[in-house]
Amino acid sequence: MIRTALRWAVTAVLIPLVSVLSGFLVGALAILAAGADPTQAYLALFQGAFTNHNALAETLLSSTPYVFLGLALALGFRAGLFNIGAEGQFYIGSLSGVFIAYSIHGLPAVIEVPLALLAGMLGGAFYAGIAGALKARFGAHEVITTIMLNYVSFLIASYLVDTPGLMLAPNVSTPRTPDADPGAVLPIILSGSRLHLGFILALLTVPVVWFLIERTTIGFRLRAVGFNQGAARTAGISVSWTIVLTMALSGALAGLAGIVQVLGVDIHMTDTVAAGYGFDAIAVALLARSNPWGVLPAALLFGALHNGASFMQLQTQVSSDLISIVQASVIIFVAAPSIVGWLFRLRRASGETVRITQREVDAPVS
Amino acid sequence: MTDFLHQLDPISLLSITLITATPLTLAALGGMMCERSGVVNIALEGIMLTGAFIGYGVAFFTHNLWIGVAAAVASGMLIASLHAVLSISFLVDQIVSGMVINILAVGITGVFYRTYLESATTAGPGTLPHWDIPVLSSIPVVGPILFENQFVTYAMLILIFVVHFVLFRTVWGLRTRACGEHPRAAETAGINVYFVRYVNVIASGALAGLGGAYFSLQQIGNFLPNMTGGRGFIALAAMIFGKWTPLGAFAASLLFSGSDQIGSRMQSVFHVGVPLQFLGMLPYVLTIIVVAGAMGRAIAPAAVGRPYKKGS
Repeated sequence: MIRTALRWAVTAVLIPLVSVLSGFLVGALAILAAGADPTQAYLALFQGAFTNHNALAETLLSSTPYVFLGLALALGFRAGLFNIGAEGQFYIGSLSGVFIAYSIHGLPAVIEVPLALLAGMLGGAFYAGIAGALKARFGAHEVITTIMLNYVSFLIASYLVDTPGLMLAPNVSTPRTPDADPGAVLPIILSGSRLHLGFILALLTVPVVWFLIERTTIGFRLRAVGFNQGAARTAGISVSWTIVLTMALSGALAGLAGIVQVLGVDIHMTDTVAAGYGFDAIAVALLARSNPWGVLPAALLFGALHNGASFMQLQTQVSSDLISIVQASVIIFVAAPSIVGWLFRLRRASGETVRITQREVDAPVS
Repeated sequence: MTDFLHQLDPISLLSITLITATPLTLAALGGMMCERSGVVNIALEGIMLTGAFIGYGVAFFTHNLWIGVAAAVASGMLIASLHAVLSISFLVDQIVSGMVINILAVGITGVFYRTYLESATTAGPGTLPHWDIPVLSSIPVVGPILFENQFVTYAMLILIFVVHFVLFRTVWGLRTRACGEHPRAAETAGINVYFVRYVNVIASGALAGLGGAYFSLQQIGNFLPNMTGGRGFIALAAMIFGKWTPLGAFAASLLFSGSDQIGSRMQSVFHVGVPLQFLGMLPYVLTIIVVAGAMGRAIAPAAVGRPYKKGS
């Protein structure tokens, strides 16, 4: 009993913690190489993320999409699916959600908000479902199809938002969609800040996804397919259907991330897409080791990094791109814990490297 | 009709198609070396970005474009060797490892660009010179398209055949493909799978790094953050659409860059209503169709994506 608890503590807490610290160490080396002072840079990062006026609220705000996206990726990982397309599903979800949000008028918020959120989830689910169906029906690897679908989604967004008569708002100087109906906008939950109801929604989604994976039939099938497709098939589970469903659920969460961002922050969409959410989502889910509860601290960390980075750039002239170096290093250390052991001469817990995606060994990436 | 042809200007269209296909083809060739040996490479984007940045930085400080090109190639090899170490030695998931390279490249180029290049006031190193090949460049039509180019484009044209020869006509190529199809059998036959994969992954870095030099040293003579703009993923698409063969990847790159050029020309010259976005989707949609098995199935090397562990 104590032994199991200890092992859990090492794999779920110690390795991610050491990985994050190592990531900051690598970042410090990069700051030195860029001719700046790491202590000052990190101090500014910390101030920008937590202690400045409204910084904490802003950190929680920027964590919100990472919670949804991290859950989306984690859900896929548990079924052995690598959904690199969270970014595309994020935009398709935003588009379909914002379309509903600016089309409806005059209904009470308790109807308008759920309608718009549902539309966003359906958009994301449909878009991810394409990749799921292509994998289930034709064996097309989801990594390749979702990468390609990401770029298609950017172009779809740019087409819809730029074209008069489609989603382009009339009489605007820069192309964007009309604003969402006031009844569909997510209310601010902390006065004087931008923190909106979406953050609470993100917090509530964590146990829901945990319950879905660990305590439902769908979750059981999903994990079975992730562990061993052959055994799952023998046990009578429809592997194809589970793949499509998992991708759709993952896409629904990514779409939710998108529409929550739109309804909570911008209230409309522009034609330029700020790329990067998809990559960050992978990092969050890896750091969380595909555990829904782990997604929460991981998302907070990445939210804090993103939020603090701009203040750091302002204060110390160290580019906010620094956090990409920290992030990449964290992923390396999480994905290859033997490197951490090798660096710090730790006694190796086991000779095995950690399998992140539980991907079937007989499924090549094609 | 003649007026149409005149306005479309087919020679300049073909010429610009070949030029813009250069980085796509080079990165696709790199991806191919890598994947033929059994290692997935979604890091092409990051390798090109690194090559573009280091190539430009070195050319800027040495005032020598050729040292810059060499540095682009070397930096591509260096960052690709990180992919090799992670995915071959530490058995990290190859997709994760490739992703790491892409994120790292954004970070490194962003941080050091801001520190060392953004506010630099001295003149840049310029762009690689145009070389008109004597006699050949005066052939009508073909001459201006093929023989009035810059270094990276010439190198690309030669490397297509070099990679084809290496992969399909040499012992090394046979070993590479054996490692990509069935590493256990290759090992049994006395091939050092780790060594073959390492060399191929690093070679892919050299090719994609050279592709990166196209952006900063051949095209504009400057570096801009994220200047590769997703072209590494189009190269990945070209590699798959070309079914992991050099000539196929070259043809796919020409198709993708050509459709791009035709699209923008249609809009600027004829104001035709074909939305540019739909032409832009072409590479991605075609790749999805090919991966799904329509239009002749693209068959990946059988062992690609699987870490190989000796004696397991």
